[in-house]
Amino acid sequence: MTRIQNASIPVVEITDLKIEAKSNEGWTQIVRGISLSIRRGEVLGLVGESGAGKSTVGLAALGYLRPGARTNGGSVRLIGTELLSIPEEERRKMRGTQVAYVAQSAQAAFNPAHRLMDQITMVAVDRGGLSREAAERRAIDLFTALQLPDPQNFGARYPHQVSGGQLQRAMVAMAMICNPALIVFDEPTTALDVTTQVEVLISIRKVIEEFGVAAIYITHDLAVVAQIAHRVAVLRYGEVVEEASIAAIMDSPQHAYTQSLWAVHEMPVSASGRYETGVRPLLSIEGLSARYGNFDVLKDINLAVGRGETVALVGESGSGKSTLGRVITGLKEPSKGKVVFDGTPLPEKLRHRKVDLLRRIQIIYQSADTALNPRQTVRKIVGRPLSLYHGLRGSAREKRLIELLKMVELNEAHADRMPGQLSGGQKQRVAIARALAAEPELIVCDEITSALDKVVQAEVLRMLISLQKRLGVSYLFITHDIEVVRAIADQVVVMQHGRIVDRGAKEVVFSLPHEPYTDKLLASVPDMAVGWLDGIIASRTARLSTYPLDASRIDQTG
Amino acid sequence: MEQSIDTRPAPSGPLARTYRLICSAPFTARLGMVFVALYAFVAIFAPWIAPYGEAEVVSRIPFDAWSSQHLLGTDQLGRDFLSRLIFGARNSISIALVTTILSFGIGCLLGVFSALVGGIIDQIISRFVDALMSVPDLIFILMILSIFGSSIPNLIMIIAVLTSTRFFRISRAAALNVTSLDFVEAAKGRGENLLWISVNEVFPNILPLLLSELGMRFCFIFLSIAALSFLGVGIQPPMAEWGSMVRDNAALINMGDITPLIPAVAIAFLAIAVNFVVDWLLNRVSGLNEEG
Repeated sequence: MTRIQNASIPVVEITDLKIEAKSNEGWTQIVRGISLSIRRGEVLGLVGESGAGKSTVGLAALGYLRPGARTNGGSVRLIGTELLSIPEEERRKMRGTQVAYVAQSAQAAFNPAHRLMDQITMVAVDRGGLSREAAERRAIDLFTALQLPDPQNFGARYPHQVSGGQLQRAMVAMAMICNPALIVFDEPTTALDVTTQVEVLISIRKVIEEFGVAAIYITHDLAVVAQIAHRVAVLRYGEVVEEASIAAIMDSPQHAYTQSLWAVHEMPVSASGRYETGVRPLLSIEGLSARYGNFDVLKDINLAVGRGETVALVGESGSGKSTLGRVITGLKEPSKGKVVFDGTPLPEKLRHRKVDLLRRIQIIYQSADTALNPRQTVRKIVGRPLSLYHGLRGSAREKRLIELLKMVELNEAHADRMPGQLSGGQKQRVAIARALAAEPELIVCDEITSALDKVVQAEVLRMLISLQKRLGVSYLFITHDIEVVRAIADQVVVMQHGRIVDRGAKEVVFSLPHEPYTDKLLASVPDMAVGWLDGIIASRTARLSTYPLDASRIDQTG
Repeated sequence: MEQSIDTRPAPSGPLARTYRLICSAPFTARLGMVFVALYAFVAIFAPWIAPYGEAEVVSRIPFDAWSSQHLLGTDQLGRDFLSRLIFGARNSISIALVTTILSFGIGCLLGVFSALVGGIIDQIISRFVDALMSVPDLIFILMILSIFGSSIPNLIMIIAVLTSTRFFRISRAAALNVTSLDFVEAAKGRGENLLWISVNEVFPNILPLLLSELGMRFCFIFLSIAALSFLGVGIQPPMAEWGSMVRDNAALINMGDITPLIPAVAIAFLAIAVNFVVDWLLNRVSGLNEEG
């Protein structure tokens, strides 16, 4: 296998790369002349919003173009080989052996019908020239290095038998199996919970350093890239707007666009404490439990939301926070306890709730893609609650519709669009407008910003805050993003395994001393600073040195 | 304020959209459309196109050979074969069409309803449909027709009900995928009734799939009516029908005359043409999301 010894020669060198993609009106330029080079042992962070061309560039480094895309200029040299001019068969031979790719969703990338070991060693046996035994030995070494539990037997499991964080690390093992010169990580931790993300980040850092590969790390999260990359290239509209060392980017971003990536982080921390104990809360939940089959998702939940107040419900996925939202809106029946809304207990079953009661509690979903009917125009989507709840018709309805669209910073031109013709942020605004159309008193916001880019996130959050000031609506804000909580919440409720483990005014919950779980949650959110992960690793090692080393201990959350 | 990611001009009305759609169709689909249009034209304007009446005995010679007067000769009673072929198009196609639409309505409405309601009601309807489907169609139809007598309304009803089981299954399966999406849940949470959700939220999303099924079922219904007529229990004389025309003139085959095969060929061409169009529609279903 070709390995370069001299560290100063770039492993991959991309020069003035141009890629265009087929669209309705011919070809659209999606990558406009990008030049990058990565040396051995170096990690380059590719940062940018979705649609900036990050993944396209990352895949081009593997000599791969998505169907419907083609290069129209530039070169990609991998260890001295010009990838763009050699036949596809040659490129295929290099993939997996000299360049490898770690995808965002390991769940989607692994075949659920085969054992992990077979999938991980396949490339090494087929193309890497390793014998099966040698490949398996190497896989076990990698499992150990990646701190996977029980490395000897880990490979015998099927993808569904390991957790999301473990599967993501298994994919890193698959990429490393042939000891490639370059690995492209495409948002490998985006789909993971914060506490799991830390474990995966630590593992990735460790193997990159140990095996000295060059890596491209694609992400939209500056805090993550700060922990792992040496250099960062910020992409926008297929161009590199800024490229510098990680310290330089974090300390003094030059380009206005780079600065805007701090949008949510730099939102003013909202003042809280408007909640008065004497006043009857708008919503109060008393001793609520709910179950799916024999599994208790919610256990004895007590919660209150005041008028005009924002309560943030924080926790990892699977902690039951979305289920709580569904119980409040009547979409799921509780097994015990009651929900009191404005002084009267809510009927458990949806069909026992009066239409006007349904109007007063609205829900906004995480994914506007599935929450909006792709076959309805914005006019129909937003107009329906207007006619259903308020009996508006004709021009009165149209007037109110445009008012609502303006409220969410859209305009009448959007009324005739289909959801497919809107961007992610616009779709979420339409979903918000639909909820507002009902003129509700409580809106359950279920992770509504987590599918959005940082800049759009900040815009939507600002809009929600100003709408609350104007309309006095209460939010129950379900999220796992601590930054969002800091920006919007008055009260914070922390959930774990279906129970509330911590609660209080935002300042109280976020200031010391924390509950143990809150502490872990807060500690797992990457800081916007270089060296944060080093600090975590250092404190871990200090703790671990007092115990015998046991990989499964570290892995409890992974 | 972000820009819309879509730079395409907004579609300018359904007419322009349909025109663009047809332009983008492949050759086979266009050929199919031309043939379907031709059949429709003949069916609609049958009385003006046909040289003689449907049941008019125009010649004393049964099974007369092709001539300038009777282009395709005469049938067993001395009626003009071409005229009967043209009127047959009208009868066969219109009855098949009514039956298809009826079964489409029954099947899809029940299917979407069943998917939305779920639970025990869904189970009851689904098992009943399974039971209906387990009886061989032709035997079932023959039995029912022999009990209630062979009239056109009976024929339409029985075939419509039996075919609706197919529509039920496919619409229920397609609707199940849609009903799990958030916008259906949102509609339920908003307090919409099931009919509104079926028609407004679910139906538009599964329509392309159902339309292609509609085309396919039309062929099958057409063929089973022809088959029933061939067996003598379908459309009764003197009404012209392609299936019964084949049977009535089958004796001609022994004399080396291909005339009785012409109605059969007409059936085959229509089936192929409709399937060309349907295939294209089915292909478009997979690319549905891009079109948005």
